[in-house]
This record gives sequence, C-alpha cells and structure tokens, in this order.
Amino acid sequence: MIDFLLDGAHWTGPEGIPALLLQHLIYTFLALFAAALVAVPLGLYIGHTGRGSVVVAGLANSLRALPTIGLLILLVLVIAPSFSSKLAYLIPSLIVLVLLAIPPILTNTYAGIRSVDPAAVDAARGMGFRSMRILTEVELPCALPLMLSGVRSAVLQIVSTATVAAYISLGGLGRLLIDGKAQSDYAQMAAGAVLVSLLALAFDLAIGFLTVRVVSPGLTRRVRSSTRTASEDPAVAARPASAPEPSLI
Amino acid sequence: MNVEWLGRQSDRIAELVGWHILLSLVPIVVGVIIALPIGWLAHRNRRINPYVVGTAGLLYTIPSLALFVLLPPILGTKILDPMNIIVALTIYTVAMLVRVVADALDSVPQETVLAATAMGYRPYQTLLKVQLPVGVPVICAGLRVAVVSNVSLVSLAALLGIPQIGSLFTQGFQLRFYTPIIAGIALSLLLALVLDLLIVLANRILTPWTPKVVTS
Repeated sequence: MIDFLLDGAHWTGPEGIPALLLQHLIYTFLALFAAALVAVPLGLYIGHTGRGSVVVAGLANSLRALPTIGLLILLVLVIAPSFSSKLAYLIPSLIVLVLLAIPPILTNTYAGIRSVDPAAVDAARGMGFRSMRILTEVELPCALPLMLSGVRSAVLQIVSTATVAAYISLGGLGRLLIDGKAQSDYAQMAAGAVLVSLLALAFDLAIGFLTVRVVSPGLTRRVRSSTRTASEDPAVAARPASAPEPSLI
Repeated sequence: MNVEWLGRQSDRIAELVGWHILLSLVPIVVGVIIALPIGWLAHRNRRINPYVVGTAGLLYTIPSLALFVLLPPILGTKILDPMNIIVALTIYTVAMLVRVVADALDSVPQETVLAATAMGYRPYQTLLKVQLPVGVPVICAGLRVAVVSNVSLVSLAALLGIPQIGSLFTQGFQLRFYTPIIAGIALSLLLALVLDLLIVLANRILTPWTPKVVTS
C-alpha cells in the first residue's frame, strides 16, 4: 500500500491520484452547495415558524434507512439512457449525494433555531426587532454551532458516498477501491481507503476550525445545552464540532 | 417488475435477507455489550468524557467502504470475509452508543440515585437495577438510529462481493434489470422498519412506567 502511494506513476495523468482527488472535491462541493441551497432556507423557515417539523423529521429518518447503493443504481438505470455523455453517471450520482446531504443540514438547522433561548428572542422583540431581523441577527447566530455540525455530517456523508459512486463509473477516489477490487490489487484498494479516510478527516478538521472561528464567543458557554437538544439524533450529534468546553462542571 | 423472476429466486433472496439480518444485528448486540461499560466510565469520570466522545467522533469519520477495505490486514481476514463487515459496523455502533449510554446515565435524576443509595443499594446494584432501567428510553432512541443505519450500510458490502440484500443491486446493475433493485430497496426498507419497531416494542416492555415513548 505504501509502495503504491510512493510510486510516482500513480501521481500523474488523468487517472492519477491528484486528478481523482480533484474530482472528489468537485463532487463534494457541488453536492454540498446544492444541498445547503435547499436545506438551509427550508430549515430556517421550519425552525422560525415551527411548521412542518414532524413531516421533515419523519422524512429525514426514512432517508437514513434507504440503501444508498440501491438508490444510486436505480437512478442510473432510469436516468442514464436519456444522456449520452459522462452526464449519464454524474447526474444520478449528484442527485443521490444531494438527497443524502439534505437531511442532516435540514434537521440541524431547524433544531438549532428551535433551541435558541426564548428569552433572547423575546429580548430582541422587546427592542423592536421585526421577525426577519430576529431570524438573521438573533436566531441564526445562536443556531450556528448546531447548523455547522449538520454541515459536518453532510460532508462526511458526501465524501463517503462519492466513493461508492465509483461503482457506477463515476470518478473520484472511489475509483482506486473499485478498480483495485476488479484487478484484485489490494494495495490499490487500501491506498484508496486511506486517501478517502484522510480526506474525510481533513474536512472534519476544517469544519471544526471554521466553527471556532465563526461562532460568536458569547455562545461557547451554551455549547453544552445545545448539544443536548441534538441528542435526539445521535448520528448527527455524534460529535458536534464546537469550541473546547469551558469548565461548567 | 418481473414477479416471475422473484418467485424463481425466492430461495436465494431469503438467504440474502438472512445474511443481511445477521450482518446488521450481530454488530448491534456486540456493540451494546462493549458500549455499556465505556459509556458508564464516560458518565462516571468527567475527565475522560471528552476523550471518549472525541475518539467516537473520529472513528465515525472514516467512510464505511474504506473501513471495510482497511480491516482485513488488521484482523488477518480475507477481503471477502463477512467478519470485516461485522467488525466495521460494531466499531460504528460502539462509537454511536458510547455517547448515548453516557447521556442515558446522565439523564437519570440525581434524586433517584440518592434514593437507591439510601435504600441500601450498592453502586453496582444502583447501576443495574435503577440507572440502566431508567436510562432505557434514551438508549433505545440511540439504538433505533444505529439499527437503521446499519441495515443501510450493510448493502455497501455488495461492492466487495459479500452476499446480502445489496447483492441484488449489483446484480441488477450488471443485468440492467430493475426487478432485483426495486425488490432489494423494498426489502431493505422493510427490514429497517421491522427492526426499528422491535426496538420501540422492547422499549415499551422494558419501561412499563412511562406513558410516552421517546422518539428518535
């Protein structure tokens, strides 16, 4: 495996590791962007108005049970014949990635908004803030830690599912795993597995760092209570990216 | 949908479902057994708590397909050995449940624990007869998530050639044939639903005193 990674031949060309990594990154950012575009406004609306949370929670839970690989293959068989080019594989894969990334962002966004201290919202209202300003200047900053922890789950889902999508001829680091399996080349598979894991860890660290930077310092004391609200979904809240815990105990 | 094909393949499909149940349930059982003491430690000792939660988060970061591939040299198994899947999913289950168990034990009211102590319960008796039973709803909520995600993760093992419901997907892809894919998705969803309901039921039986069930 080490030999595979050190071999210079694997680091150049259209099938080289940098090219695969770049593809993987492109899929990840595309899917994350599309998912956030849908999930964040919807989550803000549901959290702010309290409408539709039951439906969304149920939907998010049933999506978790859906077998990714089955959905992916079904979509390829349904959609691929309508496209001739590489899009035949790209579009179904992106649909699946976006579908998987929406639930964690959506549920954490509305849970984050709902868990905002009502006293803070009342105080803002008392100061004459309108509904929109309460949302953008009070609820949104307070919900940010939980929202970012949802983004983190979404990114990890995308990175690992993009690997799976190599099975239906999509590019990215998953190629090393699938091609390695096809060629019975374990070194190649292991190299792919290590690279994908490192990529996931890098994203995890980056989002943790981002959280420390963008979350208001006034909120870090409340991290404990906001993680409690998330414990209704341990998968999402497996480790809410957060600042080091202050000594509350 | 080709019903006739399903009829002809029913024996094989039943076998695949059997494997799927085995591969998703064994990790849950083993995971609970491992997570209980670690979660208890994290609950008892505040200093190790962040490390336990941090390690769990780190393990959870590793993509499942990558973990399936990386385990064989560590375990000394072959790539096609179902044991890889069982160990990988056990790791995920433990990572998820350790935190849940700690939260569950934290959720037991202090007064309840003090009452047990006052009645002469020793610490291990308090844990087994009071804290764990009272924490059951929280643990069950975590178990529901773990079971459902295990059922869906097991399908990925088909990419490595390990037989379970996911094999229907790869077969359907190779043959460009819808029937096994739709049947596989339906069976996988059904299995997740049944296992989820079983845990809800177990939760009700184990906590006859609670009027409401905690939803995940």
